[in-house]
Amino acid sequence: MNTQNPKKDTKPNITERRRFLVIMAQSIGLSALGGIIWTGYVEEAKASPLILRPPGALPEPDFLRTCIKCGQCAEACPYDTLIMAKPGDGRPLGTPYFIPRDIPCYMCTDIPCVPVCPTGALDEDLVSHVEEGKKVLDINKAQMGLAIVDHESCVAYWGIQCDACYRACPILGQAITIEFMRNERTGKHAKLVPVVHADHCTGCGLCEHACVTEKAAIFVLPRDVAMGKAGDYYVKGWDKKDQERIKQRDLNNLETTTEMSEKKPQDYLNMDEELFDE
Amino acid sequence: MSKLLKMRYLILRRITQIGLLFLYFAANAYGWKILSGTLSASKLFDTIPLSDPFAILQMLSAGAMMGMNVFIGAVIIIAFYGIIGGRAFCSWVCPVNMITDLANWLRRKLLLDKVERKVWVSRNARYWVLGLSLVVSALTGLAAFELVSPITIFNRGVIFGMGMTGGVLVAIFLFDLFGVKNGWCGHICPLGGFYSLIGKFSLIRIRHNHENCTLCMNCKEVCPESQVLHMIGKESGTVTMGECVNCARCIEVCNDDALRFGIRNFTTTSKAKGDNR
Repeated sequence: MNTQNPKKDTKPNITERRRFLVIMAQSIGLSALGGIIWTGYVEEAKASPLILRPPGALPEPDFLRTCIKCGQCAEACPYDTLIMAKPGDGRPLGTPYFIPRDIPCYMCTDIPCVPVCPTGALDEDLVSHVEEGKKVLDINKAQMGLAIVDHESCVAYWGIQCDACYRACPILGQAITIEFMRNERTGKHAKLVPVVHADHCTGCGLCEHACVTEKAAIFVLPRDVAMGKAGDYYVKGWDKKDQERIKQRDLNNLETTTEMSEKKPQDYLNMDEELFDE
Repeated sequence: MSKLLKMRYLILRRITQIGLLFLYFAANAYGWKILSGTLSASKLFDTIPLSDPFAILQMLSAGAMMGMNVFIGAVIIIAFYGIIGGRAFCSWVCPVNMITDLANWLRRKLLLDKVERKVWVSRNARYWVLGLSLVVSALTGLAAFELVSPITIFNRGVIFGMGMTGGVLVAIFLFDLFGVKNGWCGHICPLGGFYSLIGKFSLIRIRHNHENCTLCMNCKEVCPESQVLHMIGKESGTVTMGECVNCARCIEVCNDDALRFGIRNFTTTSKAKGDNR
């Protein structure tokens, strides 16, 4: 084209198509870079299992996607129990939580924090029961967490008389009971120790708040952190309700073949080569 | 007095921004029932739900099942900004606007623009961030921008206590002062991008009268989205681009009455342009 200046011909010819493709590639590439960093941050930020949610909160993954972070629950709480996570708290930003040792949940019977939730991240159905065909709020159904007693630092387990947590418990006698235990050290005294019952404990944290030790010997953990799971192999044969649990298993997703059971039992018994390997 | 008159919209905007923050704060601190909640979702007079449509969009992308009220609230907000100008939110409501305006004012006063090394970011980056926030929401099952949004972090900080919120705000300030001019609000913020799209057909618009214009370019100097004033010095016309934040700074700095608020005229906008050529 340009015969006067042959040098210019050696310059690469950048067409409109190339320009468009390169710009698009750059935009998509930078977006992917941003997306990887962003996704990584979000995944790390939400992996915060030690957090106590308000009553009626959906299971944590659902709660995180449904909470719009508006703070209306925190505003409704008359005790300023609920904190909206802010930068520096080390918790998913903007979501409500509480620290029972500072301010526990006082388990208001009208549960003001739940009905104000605009998205349903705090679900009324989870904290109400049906009475004569009508939905009645029932704070005792809340499952904010579960109180755990550290036997090492609880002075009642030392043999010193203390029932601060038992007295503080709003479901006294059910969520926490006092059990007798022989004091082996003296040989002639009883220990009166607190025992938490998961069926009734709501995780309100009034016990943790009341605990007399320097760092609370009874403390609330999220239920899925505090509790184990027996699994399908163990069933209470004496308990009709527990047998129902096994019937409700998802049979389609049941994995019954293992490396061992792939072979017939007869074959397995006749595999003498493998037995005499050594 | 004339100096105050020259800042009438700026003063009104600051009153709205700070006033709204105060109403939110008072709802939590004193139990006022005028405007409770945060910018993500609130209740007006304890009855009318309002919610951030962009937050709802992310949450839907994350797979959340939500109550009816938030959708009603989102429709109200979309209708409101659809009429008065989508990004009126950015300049009249958003609290971060005060920080970025401060950075921008310092930029002008200290002549930083003339000296600083240029960092270039596309004005369209916000639409990529907007799309990305929906993708990341879907991938992580968590409204992605809501988790990092300095707007709601600042908003909640004022209402519920600041914590380390200051760090986030200083970062935005530094980015706008020494990084990119109008960097956060005009380039990155996906909420601004979202409201640009909503306000595409809004009614209240800036109108330019070419006959009065003396080409002083004060308006383009002060405008945070100067590309929307592309007609200055060329022809009369209405600012039709969705990116205009309706902040009215251009009206205030114009000494020649060449810029005014007006109602968009859908039928003759393009014609009027042709007539005045």
